[in-house]
Amino acid sequence: MTALLEVRDVEARYGDALALSRISLEVAEQQTLAVIGANGAGKSTLLRCLAGLMPVSAGQIRFRGESLDRVPAHRRVAAGISLVPEGRRLFASLTVTDNLLVGAHQRRPGPWDLDAVFEALPLVAQRRDRYAGALSGGEQQAVAIGRALMANPELLLLDEVSLGLAPVVIKQVYEVLPAIKAAGTTVLVVEQDVRQALAVADEVHCLLEGRTTLTGPAGSVSQEEVARAYFGV
Amino acid sequence: MDLTNAVLQGVLLGGLYAIFATGLSLVFGVMRIVNLAHGDFATLAAFVALVLVTGVGLPVWATLLVVVPVLALLGYAVQRLLLQRALSPSPLPVLLVTFALSIVIQNGLLEVFSSDQNRLRLGRLDTASLHVGAFALGVYPLLVFVVAVLILAGLALFLSRTRTGRAMRATSDDREAAQLAGVDHRHVYGVATALAFATVAVAGVLSGAQTSFTPSSGPSLLIFAFEVVIIGGLGNLWGSLAGGIVLGVAQNVGAWVDPAQQVLAGHLVFLLVLALRPQGLFGRAVPA
Amino acid sequence: MAHPVGVVRWTGASRVGPPLLLVVVVALAAGPFVVAPQQLFGLVNLFAYVMLAVTWNLLAGYGGMVSVGQQASIGLGAYAVAYLAQTVGLNGFLALPVAAVMAGVVAVPVSFLAFRLVGGYFAIGTWVVAEVFRLLTVQWDAVGAGSGTSITSLSGYDRDVRLALTYWVALAAAAVVVVGSVLLVRSRFGLGLAAVRDDPVAAASTGVGVTTAKRVVFVLAAAGAGLAGGVLALGSLRVQPDSVYSVQWTAFMVFMVVIGGVGTIEGPIVGAVVFFVLQQTLAHYGATYLIVLGVVAIAMVLLAPRGLWGLLAGSRGTTLFPVGYRAVLGRRS
Repeated sequence: MTALLEVRDVEARYGDALALSRISLEVAEQQTLAVIGANGAGKSTLLRCLAGLMPVSAGQIRFRGESLDRVPAHRRVAAGISLVPEGRRLFASLTVTDNLLVGAHQRRPGPWDLDAVFEALPLVAQRRDRYAGALSGGEQQAVAIGRALMANPELLLLDEVSLGLAPVVIKQVYEVLPAIKAAGTTVLVVEQDVRQALAVADEVHCLLEGRTTLTGPAGSVSQEEVARAYFGV
Repeated sequence: MDLTNAVLQGVLLGGLYAIFATGLSLVFGVMRIVNLAHGDFATLAAFVALVLVTGVGLPVWATLLVVVPVLALLGYAVQRLLLQRALSPSPLPVLLVTFALSIVIQNGLLEVFSSDQNRLRLGRLDTASLHVGAFALGVYPLLVFVVAVLILAGLALFLSRTRTGRAMRATSDDREAAQLAGVDHRHVYGVATALAFATVAVAGVLSGAQTSFTPSSGPSLLIFAFEVVIIGGLGNLWGSLAGGIVLGVAQNVGAWVDPAQQVLAGHLVFLLVLALRPQGLFGRAVPA
Repeated sequence: MAHPVGVVRWTGASRVGPPLLLVVVVALAAGPFVVAPQQLFGLVNLFAYVMLAVTWNLLAGYGGMVSVGQQASIGLGAYAVAYLAQTVGLNGFLALPVAAVMAGVVAVPVSFLAFRLVGGYFAIGTWVVAEVFRLLTVQWDAVGAGSGTSITSLSGYDRDVRLALTYWVALAAAAVVVVGSVLLVRSRFGLGLAAVRDDPVAAASTGVGVTTAKRVVFVLAAAGAGLAGGVLALGSLRVQPDSVYSVQWTAFMVFMVVIGGVGTIEGPIVGAVVFFVLQQTLAHYGATYLIVLGVVAIAMVLLAPRGLWGLLAGSRGTTLFPVGYRAVLGRRS
């Protein structure tokens, strides 16, 4: 199996502050990787770099062996990378259906279309004609995932999908993950909720203050190891 | 001219003002910028049409077939090559660049055409009028009003039904999220500006056949467009038609009182709306 | 952190500014004894340009308010001087400070209207206000309506004396505006404004304090532009609505500030001098000259947004006036 995504010694900065320090990771095709870490560990920064919203100041990101160095965000979507951003970031003045249709802007072929998304995410189907700004947090999260799926990604990046949601809603939102994996999609989840992350992931990668503190198969890392890597104690 | 007639003419004039305002409103809605050379591009369009009429012998309506696509292309280029580079969280750079552009266009036109008054001649249509009861309405102003309604309807359809229109609304809501959905926001900005310039071209040519114009007509057209946008309410497509009508009626009633008061009356109504209802007559109470 | 961090206001270069300004003003004050009358007249315009550039920069560079309507205050100041001197019978030179105060007072209600608009819409809104002033003036017979009026009440002075007095008054007015803007920028108001000018999100969430500070800047900038308008009226002894209320003044201000460096104290002064020299040498090219000005302004905004002063000062942000605070390692304040 070759790596779908390769991150080599990546550094990223906000002004003078180093947000990511020499991060390296690989995600194999059809695998699910969980990146965990506390608030401010650099998880979201990593995803922003992968999605092309933020430049890396050193190192390299390769997708299917090709460098993404000079590829802008929208071309990465065309290449098969979609990010469900932190905070959902729906188009508030558009209907749910229009939000999904914007997700299909690049017209990438694949299994996902309006009907498939409505089937996989009943929460979205029920609200298809509502304005996105009028939805509850859980509904918004489901639409955000649906919007990213409409691009038929090969690599789906999920940023903090459980943040601010009630446990029962988190469960509903995560219920779609098996269907996504079944379609052959590689997934990279970023979570603060370690238990949730370990439950869905094959591999785990822990960040602390912009540095890697732990990597390994999700099944074989112990709770103490995770706690130490997470809090740096 | 009696008062009722003045009001009717004002309503029709409102259609023309609505076209001017639509482009300004669209660009602001999508990019949150104001092009201070908006009116000067309308004047530029009118002068290009004038050359086509007097030099090539085209009828006025046919000049639109040339002027509209040319200005749309120009708009795309201006956005991608100039304004995109000036975009920043502060509105200052874009305002400086477009204001300087306005000076360049006005003086460029002055170099080529002198400061004389010009007008696009329509032939019989210039004076043709329709008698409805006691009122006489000019056929041409009526035609312009219909064109305005068609343009607004077309734009509304474009924004709601097409892939690019959706991408434009999405980019307006959240630029980064639109990028994440695969939208090239720079291209969308270019298309929005191209559309704005296309409407400005139509408005410039139609207005050039209705009233006379000089190289320095642009600023007052910009001001009228702006007043219409504020009166109608920000980000409201049909609001600009209503705002245009309010401004047109205010100006014509002002002119009815005293021809010298035409423009001032419009300004005063604008200031009144700004003082009493800053969200505009048809805007949401809280700006989105 | 091994070094204690101190905050200093007076860096090496910033100590130079105030004495330098004093030397320049004193040297310029000798003007009427050494310079031909025709050139004195030109210098009066230069002093007006300095006032215009400095006050517009206060608005746009420090207050984040891009006004396209400062000609409202210029016109008001010019007409106030003309009216006070001709109709009320006040000495023209004494009318000048009154005119500045009047321009400032009128700006207070205007600010309540204009502040309902932000960014580009604020810009055009101020322009509308200036147009309203022009259209009202054009209908006011007491000041000559559309054709304007001449200031003849200063004819009691000998021509050379009058010119010298005008020159000194203009120089003093420009010095007041420059010193006043330095004091304003380094005040509590100025520092508060600088913190929010480039951040609309912060600006939108700020409270009454910033709005008040912006209003103070708006009113003072209007008073400064009114003063400049009054000086221009005293220089030419003629006011005419289409010229004093012309948006061209804003074009000149934009050019001077952009060329010199927006958001600095020195930039607009440098810009005014550059503009003055260009005006003296190239203005007879008319439209072509203005096209070149416009193109240069666009190029500066895109390629050298910090202006000539920014290029001169380099990345260290050297300043001749103590307007900011600078954190300094290894020194206690």
